[in-house]
Amino acid sequence: MSERGEVTTATPMIEMVDATLTSLVDPRRVIAEDVNWTVMPGDYWVVGGLHGVGKSDFIAAAGGILLPARGKYRLFGKEIEYGFERELVETRLRTGVVFDGGRLLNHLTLAENVALPMQYHLALSHDELLARVSELLEAVDLLSVANDFPSNISRNRQQRVGLARAMALRPEVILLDAPLTGLDPADANSWMEILDRLAAGHPAMGGKPATLVATADDFRPWRGHARQFAALRQKHLRLLRHVSTDTEEHLMREMVGKDLD
Amino acid sequence: MESETAFFWTTRWPRSYVSFVGHRIVRFLGALHALGAFALISFGVLISKFGVARAVIYPVALAQIARSGLRLLPMILFLAIALGLVIIGQTVSLLSRVGATEFLGTVMATVVVRELGPLLTALIVLSWAGTANVVELGTARALGEIEALEVMGIDPIHYLVVPRMIGMGLAVFALTIYLILGALVSGYVWAFLQDVPLTPGEYVRQLATSVRWIDFVVLGLKTFLFGMSIAVVTCYHGLARMLRLEEVSNATVRAVAQTVVVCMLIDALFILIYLVA
Repeated sequence: MSERGEVTTATPMIEMVDATLTSLVDPRRVIAEDVNWTVMPGDYWVVGGLHGVGKSDFIAAAGGILLPARGKYRLFGKEIEYGFERELVETRLRTGVVFDGGRLLNHLTLAENVALPMQYHLALSHDELLARVSELLEAVDLLSVANDFPSNISRNRQQRVGLARAMALRPEVILLDAPLTGLDPADANSWMEILDRLAAGHPAMGGKPATLVATADDFRPWRGHARQFAALRQKHLRLLRHVSTDTEEHLMREMVGKDLD
Repeated sequence: MESETAFFWTTRWPRSYVSFVGHRIVRFLGALHALGAFALISFGVLISKFGVARAVIYPVALAQIARSGLRLLPMILFLAIALGLVIIGQTVSLLSRVGATEFLGTVMATVVVRELGPLLTALIVLSWAGTANVVELGTARALGEIEALEVMGIDPIHYLVVPRMIGMGLAVFALTIYLILGALVSGYVWAFLQDVPLTPGEYVRQLATSVRWIDFVVLGLKTFLFGMSIAVVTCYHGLARMLRLEEVSNATVRAVAQTVVVCMLIDALFILIYLVA
């Protein structure tokens, strides 16, 4: 983005032009209109919004599971449609999506969940697969519960396994839905550490810096970590330009829409 | 009291009989249309993705074969014995009483091999494994697992429906054969216990002459189609639209009813084949 003061000629990774986004559950419900939003390589976005503004739907739209009702959506410069044709899947897999609560497959163990995308798309030997799964679960600090089922661990830990699963195919962009919601400070810290390492280039991702987009209901923990901020309020996406100089009060006002006392 | 229950149970009663029946027929045709589309898509994926991602699909398909086939085998054998007792044993003794034991083979072939065997097996597989399909997939859909598969680039039809089609198709086919063999053997045993003057050799000879080659072809096709339709209809009701968790039970009931109708329609089609052949 222009915020970093450099002129980039690279293709945007995600691009929405005058897009109208709807809800995944109820397609008649509009969650945002006239969205103009571009994610460039190396960005680290946090999209803030209160509960119920449609943050999860925004992530679904950014990941291309939910196409805009109007306007354009491009993923790596390509217009995407629904379906599972090979070229489409290849483009899609350059993004990884981490849902709120992980949305792991409940009938598989955590290790099997992480292994699934690699088993499906890559022809790895059993040993290679095992090594990759251990590496990924280690990266999210949950190797000790690898053989448990999702329902045995807390919802947010499930989401951390969801991150490991999203990292499995080494995507260039990772979209995270509300990773810090309802966490104690220790868990929140470990999330920030993992995300910072991803942004800098995680060894489990081949050391390549990942582009990140996360939603949040509070900007404060993200200051000093994320580089671009936006707020989803009253069906509009507002890009916040001067985050480094803005006061916390101003940031919160952007998200809540009024002064906080 | 009544007003309270009326608040919770708002059943709409039909205003006129004709509109009620008409409404039902239109809804039935609509359901059939949507089902047909889903079935075509599923068959398309089954063929176009055949052999794709074996490392994932094979174990899942094997698990489905075990669940809807192997695990139902004891139940099917029990039913085979019961069927032998109830139907075949009685038919044999009745036929011998009127001195018409030469028709025994024909009766067996028509009743057990062509109709009762496949249909009963299909109903068993539907009630044991088919209902589980709707609940599993409906819950998975309600919990958002389908979207999770989509972002992993995995076609939910390929991962969830195709293994069930293969598993249930093979299961109904194999279980029907066990059911038929078990029923024919136990039927003879029951007849023997009732002192019917019929040697095993004669019994087998009669069966062999009344079962034609087309019976084998139709049996194979029909059972496989039964199994596939159970899988397709139950998966459709689990996956077709976003269910809330509390809707899963109703979807299960609907799926069972529609599967029975679909199986009967397929059965009727095969009767036409017999009439032509």
